[in-house]
Amino acid sequence: MSGTAGTPAAGDATKVPAARGRGGARGRNGARRRDEGRPRARRALRWLPIAPASVLLLLFLAGPVAYCVAIAFTDTQLTGQASASFVGFANFRRAFADEGFRHAVVLTLVFTVLSSIVGQNSLGLALAGLMRRASRPVRTLTGAVVIAAWVLPEIVAGFLLYTFFNRRGTLNAVLEQLHLPPQNWLFTLPILAVSFANVWRGTAFSMLVYSAALAEIPQEITEAAEVDGASGPRRLWHVTLPMIRRSIATNLMLNTLQTLSVFGLIWAMTRGGPGNRSQTLPVFMYDQAFLKSLIGYGTAVALLLLLVGALFSVVYLRLMREEI
Amino acid sequence: MRPTAPVLLSVAALAAASLTACGGGSGGDPDTVKIAYQRTTDNKTRIMDDYLAGIKRQFERAHDGKKLQLVPVQASQADYYAKLQQMMRSPKTAPDIVREDTFLINSDIKAGYLRPLDDKLAGWKDWSRFAPAAKAAVKGEDGKTYGVPDGTETRGLWFNKEVFARAGLPADWHPRTWKDVLDAARRVKEKVPGVTPLNVYTGKAPGEAATMQGFEMLLYGTGKDPLYDPAVRKWVSGSRGFRDALEFVRTVFADKLGPDPADALDPNVDNRVATEWLPSGKLAIALDGSWLGKYWQPGGSRPWPEWTSVMGRAPFPTQNGAAPGAVSLSGGWTWSVSAKSGKADLAWQVIETLQTTDNATEWTVRDAQIAVRDDVAASRKYLTSMPGVDFFTALVKFTHYRPALPVYPQVSSAIRDAMEAVTTGDASVQRAAGRYDEELKSIAGAAGVTARERAR
Repeated sequence: MSGTAGTPAAGDATKVPAARGRGGARGRNGARRRDEGRPRARRALRWLPIAPASVLLLLFLAGPVAYCVAIAFTDTQLTGQASASFVGFANFRRAFADEGFRHAVVLTLVFTVLSSIVGQNSLGLALAGLMRRASRPVRTLTGAVVIAAWVLPEIVAGFLLYTFFNRRGTLNAVLEQLHLPPQNWLFTLPILAVSFANVWRGTAFSMLVYSAALAEIPQEITEAAEVDGASGPRRLWHVTLPMIRRSIATNLMLNTLQTLSVFGLIWAMTRGGPGNRSQTLPVFMYDQAFLKSLIGYGTAVALLLLLVGALFSVVYLRLMREEI
Repeated sequence: MRPTAPVLLSVAALAAASLTACGGGSGGDPDTVKIAYQRTTDNKTRIMDDYLAGIKRQFERAHDGKKLQLVPVQASQADYYAKLQQMMRSPKTAPDIVREDTFLINSDIKAGYLRPLDDKLAGWKDWSRFAPAAKAAVKGEDGKTYGVPDGTETRGLWFNKEVFARAGLPADWHPRTWKDVLDAARRVKEKVPGVTPLNVYTGKAPGEAATMQGFEMLLYGTGKDPLYDPAVRKWVSGSRGFRDALEFVRTVFADKLGPDPADALDPNVDNRVATEWLPSGKLAIALDGSWLGKYWQPGGSRPWPEWTSVMGRAPFPTQNGAAPGAVSLSGGWTWSVSAKSGKADLAWQVIETLQTTDNATEWTVRDAQIAVRDDVAASRKYLTSMPGVDFFTALVKFTHYRPALPVYPQVSSAIRDAMEAVTTGDASVQRAAGRYDEELKSIAGAAGVTARERAR
């Protein structure tokens, strides 16, 4: 469910920066100029090609979302119940009273801040910056490795990292070689392990976004700053970061939304356990909806997750608007 | 208009047409019966697939022009239930025949997923061959029968005689109390380092195995408080027995008599017990099911010819040795017809094929089940199929069935949460039991729960 819930928001997010970016604006103006001489009928005709797509979107995207919203207000169960009835806000009230839910919210925030905002984002920026200076072979190699992690299906990445962090896994083998005590990572620090997994998997995306953004900074500006005697860190803080601020916000938003809905990775590595020490909201939702068969409650949790995503998005969109 | 527009239009129209097509027609063919069953995540195990392939041949030969379509659902057990329930929700995806765990049957009946079979059973001579307890397990709260059971199982202690010899424990071990079990485990821990003394399934990952092989084997041996009191039709909360059973689990893991909690909470732990730990002598005692031998038979997922002499069996004792001296739990699976199937008659004919004496015996032997039909139970093929069949068949007289009520699956899940909390040490027994009581109230409603402690 989180997939359906997450997609529309992520879709919107990709459109916004594209439309506001310079390339998008130029294209739009150009089209308008050509448009002016056309009769109205032809302009209406331009909507025709996207009409079927819009209908399909409404049907298969907005439809299920609306259906989810409806179910969240009922006590629908997967089994053990003849017919569902409308229960108003009971599922939401239950969620806020539920210790498990509150715990999952905290873990979700930890997971998101740790892996997406701190991990993927800064590592991606650092990699992009370093790669600009690196020689071509190094650049190609690093790019290939990082992107390979990103291209892997989530569930495959999950199993890979499971074998990496496992008690008899690669990480402990390496630690043993270094004469360090092995740890049972998935058991003692599950949330850290899955956060690391998400960083490993998702950094490529940030790196690509930042590589593109850094390439857009005009050479003269950097040179001018250098001539003025700005040191490296100062140039980064006063020149580079402000100039790619919009990319940062876009990247943060996409990363956050994607991280909020991570399920396969955590499921494959820890199943939310041990206990509920890595049970983020999507895993909690799955547990309630499909293992405890409480579809109505699970859907309500999904909506709350959507809300968390929306809140993050609003903050990031604000960040972007300020600059314009 | 640019030339792309008509192309786009036709592609979209085509996509829409094909999408509606695949939504509409899947329940269609009146000559095909779909049968859904679980395929385990262990790819080496294909017992059910092989057996059903034979049934398919028999059925299609005997019924001209009819087809039996096998629909394996490859998933862990908990995921299989969820997937099946989702399939049964809609007439478009509902299989005609489903293999149901009896512990879910009442809740699926209440959800309207299953069709009563009384009209078919009335004219079926073989129905009288089934054991009354097995018949009761497939009966709904409305008194109608919703499935044909294909076997049952019992539970007890398996122990490795070689490890026992090294620990100085007898080969004809027969524990009388929980303390005897724990003492033997402590002895193994002390004398045979490197071997896990005792496995008790616990926590969320093993699913129902934790509740049934683990918790309920303990709880029903406390003799005090069941999970559900049928006399007052209420679930029991705040019970001493519940806490004692949890305390046993806590002791096993806190005293390091069980596997490392990280292994115990691994989703594949049941497979590892059967195919890794026991055959390699890494585990001394396993509280487990009658079916373990099927993994070790030739053609099983871990052939182990020596098992017949290495593995011993003992009934699981009651807490303090009170009568009747042993505890077992039984469940079993059943073939049912989906309520949304439009081909109930044909589906019934498939079930009849599944349940000829020969096929029923074949299945019971292949899957190492305990027989529920008198003709199967009496057959030589069954009785000589595997060492221990007689032992586990004898446990049937100590056996308990789970309260097969619609909310049981949720109660079972709450029990696993409590077990996991004491296994990891995240919560004390008191707190975990308290949380279970809270959960029980929200599952069964305050009116559906009776507080045992206060009533006394």
